[in-house]
Amino acid sequence: MDRTPTPPREASDFEVGAAADRPVEAAGDVAGGVAIETRQLNLWYGDFQALFDVDLRIKQGIITSMIGPSGCGKTTLLRTVNRINERLGYVRTTGAVEVLGRDILAPEVEVVQVRRHVGMVFQRPNPLPLSIRENVLFGYRIHEPAARQASRGELDAVVEDALKTVLLWDGVKDRLNSRATALSLEEQQKLCIARLLPLKPTVLLMDEPCSALDPAGTEAVEELIWGLRGEYTFLMVTHNMAQARRASDECVFMLLGRVIEHARTDEIFVTPRHETTADYIEGRYA
Amino acid sequence: MFEATELNFRDNRVEWAVKALFLLMTLLLILPVLLILGVLLYRGGPVLSWEFLFTQPTNGMTAGGVLPALVGTIWLVVVALLASVPIGVAAAIYLSEYAPQNALTRAINLAIINLAGVPSIVHALFGVGAFVYFFRFGTSILAASLTLAIMTLPVVIVSTLESLRAVPHAFREACWNMGATRWQTIWRVVLPNSISGILTGVILEVSRTAGETAPIMFTGAAMFMPLLPRSVFDQTMALSLHLYTISMNVPDVPEALPYGVALVLIGLILSMNAISIGFRTVLRSRRKW
Ligand SMILES: Nc1ncnc2c1ncn2[C@@H]1O[C@H](COP(=O)(O)OP(=O)(O)O)[C@@H](O)[C@H]1O
Ligand SMILES: [Mg+2]
Repeated sequence: MDRTPTPPREASDFEVGAAADRPVEAAGDVAGGVAIETRQLNLWYGDFQALFDVDLRIKQGIITSMIGPSGCGKTTLLRTVNRINERLGYVRTTGAVEVLGRDILAPEVEVVQVRRHVGMVFQRPNPLPLSIRENVLFGYRIHEPAARQASRGELDAVVEDALKTVLLWDGVKDRLNSRATALSLEEQQKLCIARLLPLKPTVLLMDEPCSALDPAGTEAVEELIWGLRGEYTFLMVTHNMAQARRASDECVFMLLGRVIEHARTDEIFVTPRHETTADYIEGRYA
Repeated sequence: MFEATELNFRDNRVEWAVKALFLLMTLLLILPVLLILGVLLYRGGPVLSWEFLFTQPTNGMTAGGVLPALVGTIWLVVVALLASVPIGVAAAIYLSEYAPQNALTRAINLAIINLAGVPSIVHALFGVGAFVYFFRFGTSILAASLTLAIMTLPVVIVSTLESLRAVPHAFREACWNMGATRWQTIWRVVLPNSISGILTGVILEVSRTAGETAPIMFTGAAMFMPLLPRSVFDQTMALSLHLYTISMNVPDVPEALPYGVALVLIGLILSMNAISIGFRTVLRSRRKW
């Protein structure tokens, strides 16, 4: 993969802070690489600017959480990384977004391929109105030419593999052909993660993946994400400080469309560099 | 402490009166339906027989059956369906799934709504000008059916649009975010979940065309044409026009005959509706959400 050279930039606090002894960097074979990089990213919905000069480097193989008050642009930022925002005709973007060193805004980029490699999980679980099995196979059928000729057995293996990875297999293996929308919310959300896996994505974007779940479901999904850490790069929006704190390696704090601070989670929660970060974390932000 | 007060008694009486009034209105609504069916059955029932359905009118249409008109109406409706469904459904899919929300699509939506308000006699004139003369189809099933198709097109589009919009947006988002194209999304998720609604709407609306008289009168329906049509370029009899003719234009028609024809027409429409409801039930039961 050819990497577009990145322009020299000042080393930020964050980069200095990210010391070499990070335990997570052992995870994944390209550990320490940059999975998502944005440079001077600005985004407008019509006349309304939602993102301002966002410079981010999200490391590969770890979980990065994104926190910030409602409306600060977290969802918008996620939706720029899989280019789903452009569907709205009135969105304008400037700056660069790279995934694994590739500029995804370049004209030769096929947006379908971007979405294949960058999966998204939503706030409300949104399984398709199909069977559990067909939900898992949906993306696979679309993207894998092999799926067309695949035997039932091969497809079964894909389904089983994905559902086992998300710890759903034992619960649903006897009802793969029943409707996915009848599952519990926790199961639905796991299924929504499972259906991305056969596409072998590199990045998984999660937009408040637990906010519709009860505490037990939240814990289960968090554990699942934590278990997949290393294999995939996670960028996870959360409203829940405790979740950000216990379930992420690094943390990004956003405010009014800007990235205020990006640091290791233990640092940002213990010794935030910016006053607004501290205010927000401690619930003092109004 | 919890006893009803004078105020409660009054409120309860008003409540009861309002409810009774609305019930009465509802009963008034089904009264005409029952009356129509009752009168038709009472007066037309005696002429009904297999022979009536399967023989030609005889004696200057004062006796015999309705076969050519029955067959003709089926031809007209089926050909109209073949024309209006593909066009209407495709247009609705475009408007719902592809079209950007801009001035052009708003204008198109407005045009569709207005088209639905055009009286059928105006459609008839248009059909004569366009299909009979300009496209040189002559007075034929084709010209009449296309006229019917244009007349029903707006309703087909609107009912299809409604069915498509009833599919939750989150399903589409889920597909797009997995890299599905619009068409993959439509084909694999949107259509399977709206097809029952689309079919129901389409069949219900098109079955209404079975009863239309004006649009086919000048474009393809003949008053008397005992031979069954063999192609879309033939003229044909139709139940609606036949009913009109024997009621208004033919002397010495036995009183029961028009009622018999009307019964056949209503029966045809009701069976089409029954088919569409059957379709819907089957397709709904397959739905997975
Ligand atoms: N589709 C849209 N059209 C116009 N404005 C939008 C749209 N989506 C989000 N916004 C605006 O952009 C800002 C950021 O929204 P969002 O990214 O959803 O915030 P967050 O996810 O952090 O709560 C908000 O002010 C919101 O009103
Ligand atoms: Mg959001």
